[in-house]
Amino acid sequence: MAADLDIILKKYKHGRREDLIPLLQEIQAENGYLSEESIVRVGGHLGLSTTKIFGLATFYDQFRFIPSGKVHLKICHGTSCFMNGSQSIIDKIKEELKISPGQTTRNGNFSFDIVTCLGGCFHGPVIMVNGEYQIHIRAEQVPALITKLKFIIDND
Amino acid sequence: MEDLKTFLINKVLLFESDTLPSETEKVLQQVRRDKTNVPVIHISSNTSSIIAGSDKTFNAVKVYVEENEPTTLTVRVGCSGPANYEPMVCVQMPGKNKLFFRNITEEKVEPLLNGVFHNDINEDDLLGQTGSKGFEFWPGISFINELPFFANQKRIVLGNCGCYDPESIEEYIARGGYSTFVKTIRHYTFEEVCDIIERSGLRGRSGGGYPTGLKWKQALNTSSNARYLICNAKESDPGSFSDRTILESDPHRLIEGMAIAAYAIGASNAILYLKSGSDYARMRLQTAISMAREFGIIGHNIYSSGYNLDISLRQEPGAFVCGEETALINSLEGKRGMPQLKPPYPTTSGLSGKPTVINNVETLMNIPLIMKNGPEWFRSIGTETSPGTKIFAITGRGRMSGVIEVEMGTTLGSVLEDIVDGIKDGKEFKAIQLGGASGSFITAENLDTPVDFDAMKEKGFGMGAGGFVVIDETSCMVDLVRYYMEYLRNESCGKCIPCREGTGRMLEILESVIRKPVNEDSGTTLERFKGVMQLETISSVMKDTSLCGLGQTAPNPFVSALKNFREEFEEHIFDRKCRANVCRGLRTFLIDVEKCTGCTVCAGKCPVNAIYGTRLQPFFIVEDKCIGCGVCFDVCKFSAVIVK
Repeated sequence: MAADLDIILKKYKHGRREDLIPLLQEIQAENGYLSEESIVRVGGHLGLSTTKIFGLATFYDQFRFIPSGKVHLKICHGTSCFMNGSQSIIDKIKEELKISPGQTTRNGNFSFDIVTCLGGCFHGPVIMVNGEYQIHIRAEQVPALITKLKFIIDND
Repeated sequence: MEDLKTFLINKVLLFESDTLPSETEKVLQQVRRDKTNVPVIHISSNTSSIIAGSDKTFNAVKVYVEENEPTTLTVRVGCSGPANYEPMVCVQMPGKNKLFFRNITEEKVEPLLNGVFHNDINEDDLLGQTGSKGFEFWPGISFINELPFFANQKRIVLGNCGCYDPESIEEYIARGGYSTFVKTIRHYTFEEVCDIIERSGLRGRSGGGYPTGLKWKQALNTSSNARYLICNAKESDPGSFSDRTILESDPHRLIEGMAIAAYAIGASNAILYLKSGSDYARMRLQTAISMAREFGIIGHNIYSSGYNLDISLRQEPGAFVCGEETALINSLEGKRGMPQLKPPYPTTSGLSGKPTVINNVETLMNIPLIMKNGPEWFRSIGTETSPGTKIFAITGRGRMSGVIEVEMGTTLGSVLEDIVDGIKDGKEFKAIQLGGASGSFITAENLDTPVDFDAMKEKGFGMGAGGFVVIDETSCMVDLVRYYMEYLRNESCGKCIPCREGTGRMLEILESVIRKPVNEDSGTTLERFKGVMQLETISSVMKDTSLCGLGQTAPNPFVSALKNFREEFEEHIFDRKCRANVCRGLRTFLIDVEKCTGCTVCAGKCPVNAIYGTRLQPFFIVEDKCIGCGVCFDVCKFSAVIVK
């Protein structure tokens, strides 16, 4: 991972303040999250204090500070999905996985995020499982879906 | 391939006259695939159709074609509008009109193509045909332009969407693209372009309706050694997707618009500020930008005009408030996206302190058209004070859904009646929510309002980014207001106190209205009433004292819902009833003794063990224990559970 970080930092060799967000985005795209080490390294590279970078990264929704699970769920909570009942899906997933949005389960299998619009308004509620869309999800289908995913993880 | 590129540059882009010679036209027809000797199949491919399964459809078509009709061309195109018809497939047989089919999922591909290739068309999935002179007409099939969804629209900005392959710059040039930009930089000065746009009367489509030409002139007249153009594609309102559809279906026209705008203000740097998470749009734009660079449309000394331009792509890291101009600039500078006091406006001191013009996607999409057809043409569309068209992203409970474009001056009622075709499942219409999370609710009596900046402002509505949510009787207004408030509370940047505290307090009070209280003693009830009475005061304070648009408009949903649906609020507060049966805290459940068979399913599922009874005898619910989750209602197979 340290080697990856070096490659990314090399791309931004001028180390200007406006490079900060693209730099963090690239690290997150590479590793899936921002580790403490990477934030310290970025601080050293750009000449900014770690607290400043951490303050900025926590301000934006995109950045995560813990690794995401093997299965990452994105649940659409846009107006249309909300009107079609995405709230009960979020509640059900919270209940099934016993985690809050942005967290990862202890065994590192599941994590989930709430997003504002995935773009499938007519097919709501929409959820995204590791990049695959699932449409017209109902709350009662959630336990079966989670069981299926658990089965897939266990047999992988 | 190389030949086509030089041909397009020399014979099309650099050609001086407006009408191209017929030999050139013939080649362009080939590029556009207008007249081909082989069948062509177009499959829509953008986020909303991929969600509906168009990727799988595409693969299925490929497999079918390879096996049966190997000469057929399969092309991915953008989205032509109706989201509920996705995935859409368009088949063009040689010399015949195009046929459009709707909802073609993977398994429907084979029967559909079998039918088309053997002249036995399945009428169920058929939408209609389109075509022009010189093509054979399909007898007995109606034209797609006659469908109410399309007939009542005026598709100018969206004209190219769904017609061409967004990943092919050649096709865009063959459709007349980029030649306007090349003409502009070769024949017009900066001021002349600004003048043309000012005369056209184009107004910013992001809600405020500020004249675009005027904005550009302000930036142009500020002396500086560098200027910036930013395209704000950060469309973050929950439930609006019109910009994303444009970016995915017609990225080249946006780049052309950005290039002309950058030229007009003398900027050599343009930034496209993209929403986070829209990876598909990002991919298409990256391809489009690198192709434009290859064709010399972006770069150094473009077509020997002495003008340099670079367009870069930046992705927003996820904050609603970054749609505000000053917050957007802060986030581009690598700071927290927090708004600043205006003035100075970005047109005088923006990114890195240089004059910066920020325009949104829809505004920039209009620019190439105005430069091509002239300001008088643009003035002839729409109303006196708001010329042009407006794009809406229709979601919610309407029968049709998707991205539409109407002429300014069309009433909201006609959009709802003619294009959206009323409400799904015969439910009753309640309101339209226009303009995203901080927009207002528009009820039946205001449906005669025309789509026009001034007429809307007069009534206190805003069009925002063009979100158009159709709400019917199954939605509870109090719950919806709470949803918007929760969203805005989460997205408030926290810089100014009225917004940070106001949204939090308003959410707290709204939650107390819909939550089931722990006990109904006089203390909690009094607190609830007191809170509700404060809501209006908080709203007006927030409106007057917040720093940026987010805080100032945050109370809008509440204020307009209270004005139009006061009785619904009162029912929630005094009678503790929700007429749409949405608010969980206010629902009470009963078991119908007649219908209950005593199957024990509900008792087993109840999370708080509030259901008692003996097997094969009617059960009952203990109201004090019930949390109103509704599990029993969902699991009961005999509809014996009644909601009250």
